[in-house]
Amino acid sequence: MSETAQLDRQAQAKAGAATRAKPAVNLPEHIVEVISDSGEGAQRCGQSLASIAARSGNGIWTVEIIPAEIQPPARSVAGASGIRIRIGSKEVTNGGDETDLAVAFNEQVLLGRVRAGELKPGATILLESIWREHRDPAIVKSYNDTLAALTKSGFRVVEMPLEKECRALMTDARRGKNMFVLGMLCSIYSFDLQLARDQVALTFGKKDRSVIETNVKLLEAGFAWGEANLDFKYAIPATKSNVAQVVTNGNTAIALGVLASGMDICAMYPITPATSASHYLSECFEKVGGMVHQAEDEIAACAFAIGASYAGRCAVTITSGPGYALKQEGIGLAVMAEIPLVVVNVQRGGPSTGQPTKVEQGDLLTSVYGSHGDAPKVVMAVSGIEDCFYSMITARKIAETFNMVVVVLSDASLATAQAPFPRPTFSEEWLAPPVDQSPIPEGAKPYDWDAVTGIARRFSPGQPGGMHTVTGLAHDRMSKVAYDPQTNEEGLRARSLKLAALQKTLKTPPVFGDPEGDLLVVGWGSTKGVIEESVERMRAEGLKVSALHLRFIQPLPSGIGEILRRFRKVIAVEGGWGDRLEDELIDADNRRYTALAMMLRSRYLVDVDCWSEARGQPIKPGNVVKALRAKLDEGK
Amino acid sequence: MATPLSQSIIKLHEERHDLEDYQSGVPRWCTGCGDNAILAAVQRLCRDENLAPEKTVFVSGIGCSSRFPHYMKTYGFHGIHGRAFPIAEGVKMARPDLNVFVNTGDGDCCSIGAAHWIHALRYNMNMTVILHDNHVYGLTKKQASPTSPVGLKSNTTPRGSVLEPLNPLTVTLGVANVSFVAQAVDWIPELMYEIVSKAFHHRGFSFIRVIQRCPEFLPKMFEPWLHDPSKTLLLTHDNGLQPSADLGRIYKNQRAHDPLDIHRAREIASSEDPIPVGILYQDPKVPCYEDLRGAGKPRTVEAVRKGLDAEFDKFTIWPDEQGQERAA
Repeated sequence: MSETAQLDRQAQAKAGAATRAKPAVNLPEHIVEVISDSGEGAQRCGQSLASIAARSGNGIWTVEIIPAEIQPPARSVAGASGIRIRIGSKEVTNGGDETDLAVAFNEQVLLGRVRAGELKPGATILLESIWREHRDPAIVKSYNDTLAALTKSGFRVVEMPLEKECRALMTDARRGKNMFVLGMLCSIYSFDLQLARDQVALTFGKKDRSVIETNVKLLEAGFAWGEANLDFKYAIPATKSNVAQVVTNGNTAIALGVLASGMDICAMYPITPATSASHYLSECFEKVGGMVHQAEDEIAACAFAIGASYAGRCAVTITSGPGYALKQEGIGLAVMAEIPLVVVNVQRGGPSTGQPTKVEQGDLLTSVYGSHGDAPKVVMAVSGIEDCFYSMITARKIAETFNMVVVVLSDASLATAQAPFPRPTFSEEWLAPPVDQSPIPEGAKPYDWDAVTGIARRFSPGQPGGMHTVTGLAHDRMSKVAYDPQTNEEGLRARSLKLAALQKTLKTPPVFGDPEGDLLVVGWGSTKGVIEESVERMRAEGLKVSALHLRFIQPLPSGIGEILRRFRKVIAVEGGWGDRLEDELIDADNRRYTALAMMLRSRYLVDVDCWSEARGQPIKPGNVVKALRAKLDEGK
Repeated sequence: MATPLSQSIIKLHEERHDLEDYQSGVPRWCTGCGDNAILAAVQRLCRDENLAPEKTVFVSGIGCSSRFPHYMKTYGFHGIHGRAFPIAEGVKMARPDLNVFVNTGDGDCCSIGAAHWIHALRYNMNMTVILHDNHVYGLTKKQASPTSPVGLKSNTTPRGSVLEPLNPLTVTLGVANVSFVAQAVDWIPELMYEIVSKAFHHRGFSFIRVIQRCPEFLPKMFEPWLHDPSKTLLLTHDNGLQPSADLGRIYKNQRAHDPLDIHRAREIASSEDPIPVGILYQDPKVPCYEDLRGAGKPRTVEAVRKGLDAEFDKFTIWPDEQGQERAA
């Protein structure tokens, strides 16, 4: 028997009879939340739990709860910082409905979540009890009142002496609570303690050995406390994958995708929630000969990327809504001069500063129709963590093949959500070829637009005989400034045709469910998981509902119109604003549909309805199911 | 084996470039516009330095000045208003092997692109920058610019502009990492060429402000300086300009100035009358951003494969058997 196994035994023996008296209840899935003040490490605790679950073979999805301020006031409803982890027996593709079990470091941050309706009725709450003995009577009263109110509302509240227990192990107990809680959760969900120890070592891998040791002690103490003091225990059966899995959040996957795409310059300016992609890229890009340039502003970041792309190496700029707005003039230039460019927009709540840390899908129309004049560009939307990775490779290829701007839309929920996906196997084809420096044959023109596809071969600096000046002005095939009507239309035609040329290469997206039926749900971006789960639940009831998810929104692949017409009703489900018919002034005549619904209606002349939420939280499958049921029942 | 002389001569002949090799089209600037003088000096520089046209890129923003790349038979990038600097920085970062020039105007650089200008100085990337400063917006038909003198009557200041002009020299000399600042005037072409040449040979962000005439909108602006050579102050130094004897006979108002002396440079920069002409400041030791960031390093497929695998390793959950193998 190994030494650690012996220790496990001892820990379990210490826990005593409670362990044996407590058989684990099997569950298909459970949603856990850890909520604290900012800086107490709830997110690290939750991420570690998610990793342990994933390593055990469970499906996981994490949703981070991020306050907008760096140091919001302690014990405040708005300052709740934390993480939700949905753990399942099978693959998990979204954050799910309400929380089953919440661990809260104080009652105020918990209240924020309760008021937002994020906790399931009757949910279990594990609450730090230190506040009961606080020297400020107001805090004691608030704690007692909240405890009573929650119990009265039907929640099962279990008090836990978090800080007291941790104080025995470290001087600043506030900093150790999160690992104690991790241990306790591992006990509750019957995770292997050794796996948890390994995870802690991995989490604090960069730190001193003593730091790891202290945290492992906290973990073990939490585990033992859970075994000894809690009268419930769960197990979520897991199947270990037989292929290597990668667990990252969406922004890390985007950064890995940039690395794999062969792009080597990323120009950016800090903006939430996009920046963490550039943080990670800054860490690893230079090791493979790339670089992240933090420009003086969003406009400069875009222009820098355009300059680098022009010089022969397709570059990327990563931003969020307001930054994306600032880049519009540069995007227009890249469209006009036909310079490849990848722009990532990790969407957040808008307009203006809006809700920087919250999710919304509000930038679709500005991506498709933005900039100025007729500016055709490609718009892709990532549908999950794995897609964040592969979309960057695809985006770079399309940008360079068609000399176009490719906008990749992600959002705040995917930015921080973690889920496993099969480890990609590197392929040389992902990379960009070396910059073409071959001589340009005499008589070749820098914009020799193909009559059918509109595509022209690009000349890069360094190619002898290819000298010309690119310009944002209307220009002819020689790149000479042109003011005549024919040339203007010739350029507009070529730039527009390229979208059609790309569209001809795109596959019709598959229908999830039957190819025809009563209701088709259309979505794009991060809502794929939640829509498909909702549709699955309804199909289990025998309802004829299917889903269609779009990765390419500009151009829309062929065959979509036919799919829409095979269903009696079609509804777009999106995370953004769309007018609601229950509002007195809103009718069919003035209703502002959600973005995708508007696009589908105008392109296919199909009566596409829409349902949306803009609550700053990932949409819950339960809410979608309710909306779809209402749509099915409409007119009955 | 030594190359036969005859072949060397042929090779030399092939690789030499004439002025025509850098000329493209007929400039559409107004007759008497100072831009023409700048173009002549730059084309001469390209010929004298025998720059490979395919390895040379002129980047500009928007305005009369920014038509410049269209008249060069090199690669060119006529960008958008105010953004010539970040575009040029991207070009240089991606391809440090290219000769990069920037042409910008007083509106383009000192107004809409002012933020980029400040930071371009700080980045100190190796490029030659010419600020075509005619004190007025020309392409949009006479509006006051940030360098317009107080009282200038224009379409947006019909009763005279009210703000003190911005002095591009004192601004540049106040920015961290500034490495080369010079001033030229379009009416002394000989010195303009000398200054552009010094700027080109400086490794770093070489900033030249050229005071130039706009015969269309401000025809009389610089007449006093044209008529009275004593209103021009020539800066001379062993490390700066050494004006010819002929020029020295006309421009007698001269002052020895060491370009390494930034305090004196700032003092000279504040003088509007006489107009200083020459190298105000040069510090060859300021590092270039592209060097600090390792631009132009070769990138191999193998490096990407290895780098990516190492990154994936950090996030990978191995299936049991393999995990055990790896642990063993």
